[in-house]
Amino acid sequence: MTPTLGGPPGTSAGPGTGTSVAPASRLRLPAIPAPWLFSSLITLILVVGQWKYDIVGGYDRLAAALGTAVAVELLLSRVLRGVWPNLLSAYITGNSIAILTKPAGGLLWPYALGAAVAITSKYALTYRGRHLWNPTNFSVSCFLLLAPHSMSVLSHQWGNDWAIVGIVLAVGSLVITRARLWHITGTYVACFALLAVLRSAIQGTGVGYELAPLTGPMYMLLIFFMLTDPRTVVSTRAGRVVVVVLIALLECAIRLLPPTAASKPLQAAPAILALAIVGPIAFWLDRRRLTSRPASAAPPLPAPAPTPPPAC
Amino acid sequence: MQLRGAPVSFDDAATIAPLSATPSTPARPAQQGAKVLFAGLLALVWWLDRRPQQLVATGEQSLGFRLTEVAADVGLAFTHHQMHLDPQLANVEPHVAATGAAVSVSDVNNDGWPDLFVTNSEFGHDNALFLNPGDAGAGAGAAGRFRDIAAAGGLGGSNREGEGVSTGGVWGDFDNDGFEDLYLVKWGYGQLFRNNGDLTFTDVTARAGLRRWMNSNAAVWLDYDRDGLLDLYVAGYFPETLDLWHVTTTRIMQESFEFARNGGHNVLWRNLGDGRFEDVTAATGCDSTRWTLAVAAADFDRDGWQDLYLANDYGPEELFRNVGGQRFELASVGLGEDSKSGMSVAVGDVQNKGRLDVYVTNISENRYLFQGNNLRLNLLAEAGRFENVAESIVADTGWAWGAQFGDLDNDGRQDLYVVNGFISADRTRDYWYDMSVIAGGNSRMFQDAANWKPIGDLSLSGYQRSRLLLNRGDGHWVDVAAAVGADDLYDGRAVAFVDLWNRGALDVAIANQKGPLLVYRNDVDPARGWVAFRLVGTASNRSAIGAEVTLEFGGQAQSRVVDGGSGFSSQNDRRLHFGLGAATPERAVIRWPSGREQVLPAPEARTLITVTEPAS
Repeated sequence: MTPTLGGPPGTSAGPGTGTSVAPASRLRLPAIPAPWLFSSLITLILVVGQWKYDIVGGYDRLAAALGTAVAVELLLSRVLRGVWPNLLSAYITGNSIAILTKPAGGLLWPYALGAAVAITSKYALTYRGRHLWNPTNFSVSCFLLLAPHSMSVLSHQWGNDWAIVGIVLAVGSLVITRARLWHITGTYVACFALLAVLRSAIQGTGVGYELAPLTGPMYMLLIFFMLTDPRTVVSTRAGRVVVVVLIALLECAIRLLPPTAASKPLQAAPAILALAIVGPIAFWLDRRRLTSRPASAAPPLPAPAPTPPPAC
Repeated sequence: MQLRGAPVSFDDAATIAPLSATPSTPARPAQQGAKVLFAGLLALVWWLDRRPQQLVATGEQSLGFRLTEVAADVGLAFTHHQMHLDPQLANVEPHVAATGAAVSVSDVNNDGWPDLFVTNSEFGHDNALFLNPGDAGAGAGAAGRFRDIAAAGGLGGSNREGEGVSTGGVWGDFDNDGFEDLYLVKWGYGQLFRNNGDLTFTDVTARAGLRRWMNSNAAVWLDYDRDGLLDLYVAGYFPETLDLWHVTTTRIMQESFEFARNGGHNVLWRNLGDGRFEDVTAATGCDSTRWTLAVAAADFDRDGWQDLYLANDYGPEELFRNVGGQRFELASVGLGEDSKSGMSVAVGDVQNKGRLDVYVTNISENRYLFQGNNLRLNLLAEAGRFENVAESIVADTGWAWGAQFGDLDNDGRQDLYVVNGFISADRTRDYWYDMSVIAGGNSRMFQDAANWKPIGDLSLSGYQRSRLLLNRGDGHWVDVAAAVGADDLYDGRAVAFVDLWNRGALDVAIANQKGPLLVYRNDVDPARGWVAFRLVGTASNRSAIGAEVTLEFGGQAQSRVVDGGSGFSSQNDRRLHFGLGAATPERAVIRWPSGREQVLPAPEARTLITVTEPAS
């Protein structure tokens, strides 16, 4: 029971539906739905990070983010679409906002409004019935640009400790292997590493220094949740690889900008902002290409489709 | 994926409607409604983000006091010089060496006029002890100016190769001879100077048993065992095994940006009373290797014994509770739940409840990092913990360093002065992106200074103005720094309060890194009352360090403690100043370090009252 990212128009699992059922022969593991795996992973990150390093900084913050995400999802889905939603997406969004957001002293509203902006963006910023941005990615990007005095991204670094990051990496790898998304995550990580070497050569910095962000918790969320979100994933495997390459290239370009006031907003979170720029453009082009093509010219059903995580 | 046989989309609003249906696409009016809601949310975010600026006072408001920078005019011309370390550390030197500017207050000749001591941190550049001209200060010409007596008095030559450089000075009468002595905090061999009483000083470090290499930014005098002798707590920052002018490895940096424990050891020296000190750190259990940047001592839990409060860089704060003068216990009082970059510890009573609250500065930078300063209300009596209530302008002041509590406008409430700014260099480019890259990495990478990208001439939270946070009561604060004239943009490190001209107003002395000493003369509305106390210990240490005065006025009770070193690299005037507003002081209760309690009925307002500890 593996959802795909979309098949050709006119099929029951066509683009825009976001689901299809994979052949039974492909199922090797117990049938734990991928969305549950991803929500379990975000829960693991939250619990381990909170237990060891108090990454949330207060349960009122988690409650604000999670509660708002769930409430807004329920409200908008019911009012605007007339259906009760599955809340896994809101659950992951709320947790992601709680983990990523580090507000100015004592502020709770960035958690609540961050979650509200994320969920609402799914309903407001759509193209042919589908939202364009990964909700958390969009919300965090918006806050970095609109609310620089109130919010930073993930001031916590989990003690700069390999052990905790290693646990998340290991479990995350298992999950995306199960979801068959390694080509996305793997391509991005490889590109980041190659471009780190390039930046090192250009700037005379150490390769270890340039690789450093990969070992941080922000990148755990990026490579396991944001990059693999359907909104950044186009309909073909090659297309998906191209998209993450473009994201890595834009991120590298941001990192190479001179450290001036003009570049400071972008350099606060280069990967998140690169994804926020490239992701929706790629998805829009892909949707446009698919829907403008006559049915007879439609490509064959995409082969073994990866399982997207819920939008986070 | 299917639930109950129905295909489900988890990525598109997560509807559980069948795919063949179309409710997942909102109708056009609904879509428009979502867009309006969305735009409204973004507008709300934008508005809320700019709201704190309303808490900054403008120059048009009448605040009842005015600050005027007069340092050079009164003879306090002094510029701090920064240390230069081993060339192997050149890429991180602007960062690593960016401390050392310090200021402390003491009346070294007991003439009733407070003097100022300031440090230099480069070989060949002397510290300065500026003698207050006293009554002559009101006059013109050389007689009316402060003059530096450090070199002539034997306080010169401390900053030299092989001996290290100065990063602070704390004054206390360790031998109870009636004259304030100086412990010079250093990256190198700290020094104890005995005040000879004739404006000369003798280096008694070796005789006192205090000659030990430490890389320290903080020390505090306290009488932890109540034997009437001042003991000394010195905090290590970099490990004491490092000679930063001759390093054998570049793996000298912190092991974590949040939970580092590989800093220098802290040391408690017990005063034996015969001019010698004994290291009792292990015996009393007050060591920490958390990169301590600041220390303050006070009886926070009101059990009669002075406790130690530590602000640690790259880690949480620590409170060492004094258990009967025998040992210290690391207390679980709500300080360890968040990791910060503690820079300074100020002790004050922000609610006029007769309690000692704490303000610890940290780092805030828009978009990159909000660690936030902590204003911790003392709830030890009822809840067994401190509660952090800092928000808005109190929490985020920039890359904050020294801070102190004091009633600058004499309205009866203790205000906060915070100096900010780390490295002011190139005005157009900064190091924050590079810092974020390093901070996100693994400890093995950034522990080696060689892996850090050279800072060069980049700024890092540079050109930040100070904050003067006026306490409006009920938890409200307003930043009036610019409005009252405190508008400099130097890299402030240490701030100390002192009534330099005995006028009943707290003036502000600021030591700036690689910058000039600033002295803001405070002119307060004369209609506002005040009272000050100068305490002289007998059974307690003669400096009365650690003594607490609680003044009752206008239905409130405000506490202040005689300072043995606090803030960052600073020490306030030992005289305790209380603003009164329009109120009349009703009663003062003095809790001496010896344990004795003394009550002064109806202390006279607008008076400096000298109180000698009673015999019983």
